Amino acid sequence: MKILVCISSVPDTTSRINFIENETRFDKSGIQYVINPNDEFGLTRAIWLKEKESCEVHVICVGKIDTDPILRKALAIGADQAFRVDTNPVDANQVAREISDFVKDKEYNLIIAGRESIDYNGGMVPGMIATLINANYVSNCVSLEVSQSNFKATRETDGGKEEISGTLPLVIGGQKGLVEESDLIIPNMRGIMMSRKKPLTIIEAKYQRCQTQTVKYEKLPPKGEVKLVNPEKIDDLIDLLHNEAKVI
Amino acid sequence: MAIIVYLETENGNFKKTALEVSSYGRKLADEMKTNLYGITFNAVDPLKIQKYGVEKLINIKTDHVFNPKIYADLLCKNFNDLGGTIFITGSSADSRFIFPVVSISLDAAYATNVVEFPSSVSPLVLKRSVFTNKGFVFTELKTNKKIIGILNNSYGIHKSERKLEVKDYIPESIDSKLKVESVKEDKEKISIADAEIVVSGGRGLKGPENWTLIEDLAKILGAATACSKPVSDMGWRPHSEHVGQTGKPVASNLYIAIGVSGAIQHLAGINASKCKVVINNDPEAPFFKAADYGIVGDAFDVVPKLIDSLKKFKSR
Ligand SMILES: Cc1cc2nc3c(=O)[nH]c(=O)nc-3n(C[C@H](O)[C@H](O)[C@H](O)COP(=O)(O)OP(=O)(O)OC[C@H]3O[C@@H](n4cnc5c(N)ncnc54)[C@H](O)[C@@H]3O)c2cc1C
Ligand SMILES: Nc1ncnc2c1ncn2[C@@H]1O[C@H](COP(=O)(O)O)[C@@H](O)[C@H]1O
Repeated sequence: MKILVCISSVPDTTSRINFIENETRFDKSGIQYVINPNDEFGLTRAIWLKEKESCEVHVICVGKIDTDPILRKALAIGADQAFRVDTNPVDANQVAREISDFVKDKEYNLIIAGRESIDYNGGMVPGMIATLINANYVSNCVSLEVSQSNFKATRETDGGKEEISGTLPLVIGGQKGLVEESDLIIPNMRGIMMSRKKPLTIIEAKYQRCQTQTVKYEKLPPKGEVKLVNPEKIDDLIDLLHNEAKVI
Repeated sequence: MAIIVYLETENGNFKKTALEVSSYGRKLADEMKTNLYGITFNAVDPLKIQKYGVEKLINIKTDHVFNPKIYADLLCKNFNDLGGTIFITGSSADSRFIFPVVSISLDAAYATNVVEFPSSVSPLVLKRSVFTNKGFVFTELKTNKKIIGILNNSYGIHKSERKLEVKDYIPESIDSKLKVESVKEDKEKISIADAEIVVSGGRGLKGPENWTLIEDLAKILGAATACSKPVSDMGWRPHSEHVGQTGKPVASNLYIAIGVSGAIQHLAGINASKCKVVINNDPEAPFFKAADYGIVGDAFDVVPKLIDSLKKFKSR
């Protein structure tokens, strides 16, 4: 079996977000980049599948050279090979097209992406890949079992859960639940040493056409001071929520 | 040319997001001097949507369980038959399952998490929440056909009645490689995605046995219950209640956080909520900087009082 895990490189969850050049660009200075948390769950799930039956785990990122460290980290976690499509992607469509093109004749049985990336929060890439390569697709995937050419997956819906089954190839948008937080593989020294010898192949980008364009960014509006309510006067809170905020 | 709204139903009734999506579509259709049509599945009382400005509604009748490929194909076919140029949808988990598929099939750029009416109609520029609610981006959609995915509770519901024509559409039998085996929905509970009010508990509640406080408060308010990440990691509450940057996003009108410290990853995921209330015994808790209203106090003392006061308020 062959598994491809799609990894996006995102600002660490504690990052403060700033914009520069008249709010037309995201300020990357001082930002620590990490593997998108949703993808990290998927990567660990992939490594577990590899431990159970013989299979190869590849990782791919559409990005410039500054994303190499997170691909190296994925290799240290246990992926066998990494690929980087050398372009700064503008939108989900472009990422999905590059990845679909990459997988075309490589016979991956399973493509694991994240539910969404925590930077642009599109939540589109996996569904787009699945459509482009005509594979099955499960979004918000919180559990996944694979046996031979079949899969069983659980999708989280707004009000509950759905059990879905079908045949491979499959693309998922994964998230926490695929494995738990405490299961996430943290690279050890040996993994880090080995990752240096594993192949990281650079692929030329093919799709220049973008469907969208960023016009500008905007910061959150400044927040006023919190209004404190005396715990002995709870009715005041109800009054504020009813008459001022008009939310109850 | 026409603007098409996808109107989600649950058990045959329009979901609240359907009314919001229609309201948004109506205003856009007026601005662009075009028509507003809708597509829905299995609506039992389709005329209900008339009040929100839809002029023609295709009611697709299928007993096929939800499946993104099938639903997407049916939506695309009817979108094209109606001469659609702009497709507007909400941001439910189902809609987010279907529309990436639709986007590829129609070759239409898709903007998710849209929080406002377009800042420009031609070219179409949309304000979207990004960096998990830590900022906004204005994105221009450059394709001929376009998809707008609006965030729940971001535009509101506005009435604007039009004459409505309803047409049933019965698809031919469809087969699919994907099989939905079973669906488990908790019908009693309000989902975080659909809720106008969310009551959330953190580690400050000390243990799962104390969650009756959260549940009782939520019940009176007709709210959904949520929790911080450590609370679900420790198994006090199900994962489906975990909200924040790596959990479910919250875009409610009112978010009440009890015994939640307000870590940046928690706040990121709930910042799209309009009004935030914090109850915490530590006046230094970061949540006080993000909240609109706060009570410094012990949850075990404050929450029962709040429940009592709300009972009185509701029976007024
Ligand atoms: C990669 C990453 C992703 C993350 N994603 C998320 C996420 O999506 N969502 C999320 O929630 N967290 C997330 N976190 C975790 C986050 O950093 C915090 O650890 C977490 O939000 C803290 O949860 P808490 O507020 O319940 O607990 P604590 O931080 O322990 O806070 C408990 C609070 O309760 C108060 N308290 C104690 N007793 C009482 C009482 N009797 N009455 C009233 N108040 C009381 C305390 O003063 C304290 O402020 C993430 C972390 C990382 C590293
Ligand atoms: N530049 C990228 N390179 C590789 N995978 C990506 C990239 N962007 C997004 N993805 C994958 O698609 C998922 C959803 O991303 P998005 O649609 O951007 O929210 C992510 O969790 C990744 O698995």
